[in-house]
Amino acid sequence: MSEEILNLSLIQLDALKEIGNVGAGNSATALSQLINRKIDMTVPQIAIMPLGDVPDVVGGPEAMVVGVFLRVYGPAPSSILFLLPRESAFSLVDMLMGREQGYTTSLDSMDESALMEIGNILAGAYLNALSHFTKLTLLPSIPALAMDMAGAILNVVLVQLGEMGDHALVIETEFATENDGVKGHFFLIPDPGSLNTILAAIGVKE
Amino acid sequence: MSELIKVGMADYKTGRFPSSLISYGLGSCVGIALYDGVTKIGGLSHIMLPDSTQARSADNPAKFANTALPIMLDEMIKMGALRSRITAKIAGGAQMFTFANATDIMRVGQRNAEAVRLLLKKMDIKIIADDTGGNYGRTVELKLDTGIYLVRTIDKGEKEL
Repeated sequence: MSEEILNLSLIQLDALKEIGNVGAGNSATALSQLINRKIDMTVPQIAIMPLGDVPDVVGGPEAMVVGVFLRVYGPAPSSILFLLPRESAFSLVDMLMGREQGYTTSLDSMDESALMEIGNILAGAYLNALSHFTKLTLLPSIPALAMDMAGAILNVVLVQLGEMGDHALVIETEFATENDGVKGHFFLIPDPGSLNTILAAIGVKE
Repeated sequence: MSELIKVGMADYKTGRFPSSLISYGLGSCVGIALYDGVTKIGGLSHIMLPDSTQARSADNPAKFANTALPIMLDEMIKMGALRSRITAKIAGGAQMFTFANATDIMRVGQRNAEAVRLLLKKMDIKIIADDTGGNYGRTVELKLDTGIYLVRTIDKGEKEL
């Protein structure tokens, strides 16, 4: 079976990028309000890449990251993954908890819970925009968190795509706070089949 | 030349002493190391899914346990390894995220490990070390001089299998 994502037109890619842009913009605003800091955001990257290359986006399969993972339910099931380098996650927790920068060096259950809540809020903001755009009702699951190697965490998402093909469509945005160097990557990875639903909903299905 | 040969996700590589084979950041994937201690020929397979017959696209045989292992074994035998001497060590198959209502896809690590065990038994290859399960990632390295299978983790240290 041919992989549908390898045959996307430029218009379709642009439309997806715009969705990513609005969704991530919403998320960045939410995050900015939450930690009371300015957030810079990159223009979303739409990449269609071999599954094995996805970990390179965040610094290679062995990079130490914290991942908050949510499933998206509704007519276009997808996965959302918010990945932060470990140090950024610590820094973010310090901001949220009103602690001095550098205080956190490991995550206790309270910190994990705070990061999951961030994932929740970011995903909610993102999906709101996406739902508005597509008129599809998209709901996030409760979040789950893991701190480990990027490759291992990405496995979870990529396995589902692996059932269908050898490439992933990744809509990815990088966030950074202005001064504190907190960085994060936000991934939306539609399940196989969901992409068509999304494209149809925004009227760019061929 | 001593060389560290990288094995990506959904890929396999074979090699002989003095090279080593390494695969980074396995989560639910399983790393299967096959080794013939006399010729010092080995293979490392990094599979994502248990079974190609249940997948809708099976273009890449290295992605599935049932298709990757026979190919890798053949390649090792062509290089001069003796089938009856080849043993297996396996690692990986973790469940990285815990959800209250874990669906099948969430338990893919466990399914992968079970499928690999069953398959190796069918192929009549003895598993002499097994480090699967848990909720953490692993980097695995097969040292082709000794057949030692090195499993590296972030929080659980390093293990020689």
